Amino acid sequence: MIGLVRGVLRRGFEFIERPFDRLFGPALNPVAQLGALGFFFFWIVAVSGVYLFIFFDTGIERAYESVEYISVDHWFHAGVMRSLHRYASDLMVVMVVVHLVREFAYDHYRGVRWFSWFTGLPIIWLLYTSGITGYWLVWDKLAYYVAIISSELLDWLPIFGEPIARNFISTGTLTNRFFTLMVFMHVAVPLFLLFIMWIHILHISRPKVNPPRTLAALSLVALVGISLWKPALSQGHVDLAKAPVEVGLDWFYLPLYPLTDIWGKGAVWAFLGAFSLIIGLMPWLPPLRRAKPAEVDLAHCNGCARCAEDCPYEAIRMVRRTDGLPFPTQAEVNPSLCTSCGICVGSCPSSTPFRRTEELRTGIDLPDFSLKVLREKTVAVAQTLQGTGRVLVLACEHGGGAGRGGAVTLPCVAMTPPSLIDYVLSRNLADGVVIAGCAESACFNRLGIAWTQARFAGARDPYLRARVPRERVATIWTSALATKQADAEIAAFAEKISTLPRLKLRSPLPPANPIAHTSAKPALTELESGT
Amino acid sequence: MKYLRLAGQFIVIAALFAGVATFADWPVYRQIPQGSGIIVLTFVHTASRGTDCRRLSPEEIAKLPPNMRRVLDCPRGRRPIDVELELDGRNVYRASLPPTGIAGDGPARLYERFVLPAGLHEVTVRMRDTPRIQGFDHERKERVMLATDQMFVIDFHPEKSEFIFR
Repeated sequence: MIGLVRGVLRRGFEFIERPFDRLFGPALNPVAQLGALGFFFFWIVAVSGVYLFIFFDTGIERAYESVEYISVDHWFHAGVMRSLHRYASDLMVVMVVVHLVREFAYDHYRGVRWFSWFTGLPIIWLLYTSGITGYWLVWDKLAYYVAIISSELLDWLPIFGEPIARNFISTGTLTNRFFTLMVFMHVAVPLFLLFIMWIHILHISRPKVNPPRTLAALSLVALVGISLWKPALSQGHVDLAKAPVEVGLDWFYLPLYPLTDIWGKGAVWAFLGAFSLIIGLMPWLPPLRRAKPAEVDLAHCNGCARCAEDCPYEAIRMVRRTDGLPFPTQAEVNPSLCTSCGICVGSCPSSTPFRRTEELRTGIDLPDFSLKVLREKTVAVAQTLQGTGRVLVLACEHGGGAGRGGAVTLPCVAMTPPSLIDYVLSRNLADGVVIAGCAESACFNRLGIAWTQARFAGARDPYLRARVPRERVATIWTSALATKQADAEIAAFAEKISTLPRLKLRSPLPPANPIAHTSAKPALTELESGT
Repeated sequence: MKYLRLAGQFIVIAALFAGVATFADWPVYRQIPQGSGIIVLTFVHTASRGTDCRRLSPEEIAKLPPNMRRVLDCPRGRRPIDVELELDGRNVYRASLPPTGIAGDGPARLYERFVLPAGLHEVTVRMRDTPRIQGFDHERKERVMLATDQMFVIDFHPEKSEFIFR
């Protein structure tokens, strides 16, 4: 059932993301930058909040007047800042909610990813608390409404001696001190929110906390434009003798408030409790069955730290050498953080299928899908290939190329040591190799695509050797649902390969051509070919 | 082409942001029907003790540590407060409010909202905070002109022992 919901949502996201990918490109696609945009909007809220605090008066009588001064008298700077403050916080809610749904849709919340998912829950609570206390400070009709409903909701819980809502029944019952408390909360809660946001990304290697500059600039300019077009304004001064019966609600922060009238306060609390419980338990409903974590073979590890550099989950760290070999460090895997994606195997310089040892070993390997098994499978699949355009596919299990004939399916394409491609072509196992990964803006293992591209481009160790003819290597980045697209691109590549003269690789090698490889199109020219 | 693409990206982002800004205060939510007001019945009040104080015998007093000797033994627990609200002769609220606190020695508390059409209403509120079984200790009955959107508060003043209408 959960899998079905995930599938439907995933299709929905891919439907939405495709046009975004076309317009923005995978690197700038805002749907793939939700977390980073969330951080970006947080900083806009923080900076604009500090600016507004210069003008804001925390006294109960002066609060509304000071906000009016900001919005009316000084609309051109402080007023714009207020609108930025408001809309950026709304956008943060949008980013958080869509980010949550997307991570669920792409199954990025189970296994070792439970930590980031679970710590996202307090972020939601703190984000809403920050927003609600902010609305309170304006002390307009909406603030009065928010104050009454929030107090009534809190009063429903049997923890307060005196109903908080009684503070708002007459002017004399509300004090400046209460307002000062709200100001304190509106500063303290976002600070705590930032702390939890830091915890949230703690187990992620190279987290995206800043969107690409172009996207950030476009967002900021658009936000300023919206602030000028539709400035955030107050909704009239509070009159405690009149109920705030008609208010322009912020439907991002306050959607549950009308429900207190329809469902009742107990039901709203029950909803919030059930929501939190379900979100908190989801990583284990059901738990992800994962392969055994990566293991280090010290006899083949020289402590080069490439695996630690490439691990997307901070699961590998370099520690002092323990086996007496003349290297200062060795890799150490934290099994509780390892997703068995195999990226470390692809990064290890010892991972070369050309090795002629009795049993193929490498410095770091997956017990359930070792480099030896990968080489055996590659050879076995290659033997099934026939014809002139024999194309071997090394496919990510989360991409559109997985499970098809002529494909070796891996946990992540970045598990492929670049030397394996050299091996396939130089041993005449195939006429061309396709690396078929996940969709470019939705890499399941976060950095698999980036590392693969960088290795092929010679920008990251281990490089794809210069002698490998690039026109015989193609990369395809498609989602698991886009199998037809993957099939079509592989077929087109196979057809192109069939027109090339027979490949013949020899050593010593001629000089390399420049390397550039970012799409499904073949990259470098063939180094040495003949009939 | 690059600038055209950039313009397209900007338009999409701005449109999304405009959508978000629109829902930041629209549609307007109306909490109660047009032409109605709200009556809030609220108080924080401590009822009399659950059981009466008992005079200690000289022997019992003598058994107590010298610094804790007292004449009366008064149990901490308070009795619940019974409260009723009638609007135009119709009972709309009746409750027995327990005392707060782990030992049941705190004040009973109440905060209830009632929505009713604007206009003239006969409001009667009663409270029983003593051991009496029949009748009430406090009662106030008044004709109230409730204006549209008005927040009419019925409170209880413990010192004066009377209901306040405002």
